[in-house]
Amino acid sequence: MTFYSLLWWVFAALAFGGGIGMVAGRTPVASLLSLVLTLFSTGVIFILLGAHFIGVVQVIVYAGAIMVLFLFVIMLLNLGHDYQPDLRRAGWIAGASVACGVLAWLIMRTFTHETTLVASGGGMTAAQAVEQHGAVGAVAMPMFNEYVVGFELTSLLLLAAIIGAIVLAKRRI
Amino acid sequence: MLTESLILSGILFAVGVAGVLIRRNAIILFMCVELMLNAVNLSFVALSQEVGIEGQVFVFFVMTVAAAEAAVGLAIIISIFRLMETVDTKDFNLLRW
Repeated sequence: MTFYSLLWWVFAALAFGGGIGMVAGRTPVASLLSLVLTLFSTGVIFILLGAHFIGVVQVIVYAGAIMVLFLFVIMLLNLGHDYQPDLRRAGWIAGASVACGVLAWLIMRTFTHETTLVASGGGMTAAQAVEQHGAVGAVAMPMFNEYVVGFELTSLLLLAAIIGAIVLAKRRI
Repeated sequence: MLTESLILSGILFAVGVAGVLIRRNAIILFMCVELMLNAVNLSFVALSQEVGIEGQVFVFFVMTVAAAEAAVGLAIIISIFRLMETVDTKDFNLLRW
């Protein structure tokens, strides 16, 4: 077992444990901190898989900014205490069995369906693209060539989200 | 590493599904949705090793959509909290009955 795969297993276990901790957490803040652990571990796994830029963006944007937004709302609404148990036994069993069914279906599809991976993007794998353009340029080249329309539409989406959030959360405009 | 990553992605997605089904706190439901988006991102990145860099571009788009969704969803939760003084989904019955 190489050092990289050992790191992969450590952070995969952390990601899984964080997910379980989020679902089972008693207070919203504890759930949120477990989710931060999961997102950070996933960012490390991205880096181990060779996606350096995406891994860094994951840690900065997801584990940083979006989670601070959640924490801000939890603190704003003062949800830290008055815990009501919402984990009923029947609900636990039903939810867990449905989740196990989803998981079994996903894994079964992964192993039974004979899919062939068709390389796109001029036949370059991610490692070759990174070697040619660098970690950021490898993502930037297709984003500003083939997917530039989607990139511009993303800015419109963010504008709509800003306006929508202000309209929804403000008491009176 | 590809197969293991896909299986981890499936496990994280299933944990997110379980959370959405089990919990009743609206903010924790949102967090579970974020976890599911993140699991999909993981499988995109794992497949981009073999298929091409486009998977990572899509991860970028998924992240922006998730950020927009979190902002609007939390605004909805704040406005519901202002109306009902709770974030428990069992108390949201305005459109249910």
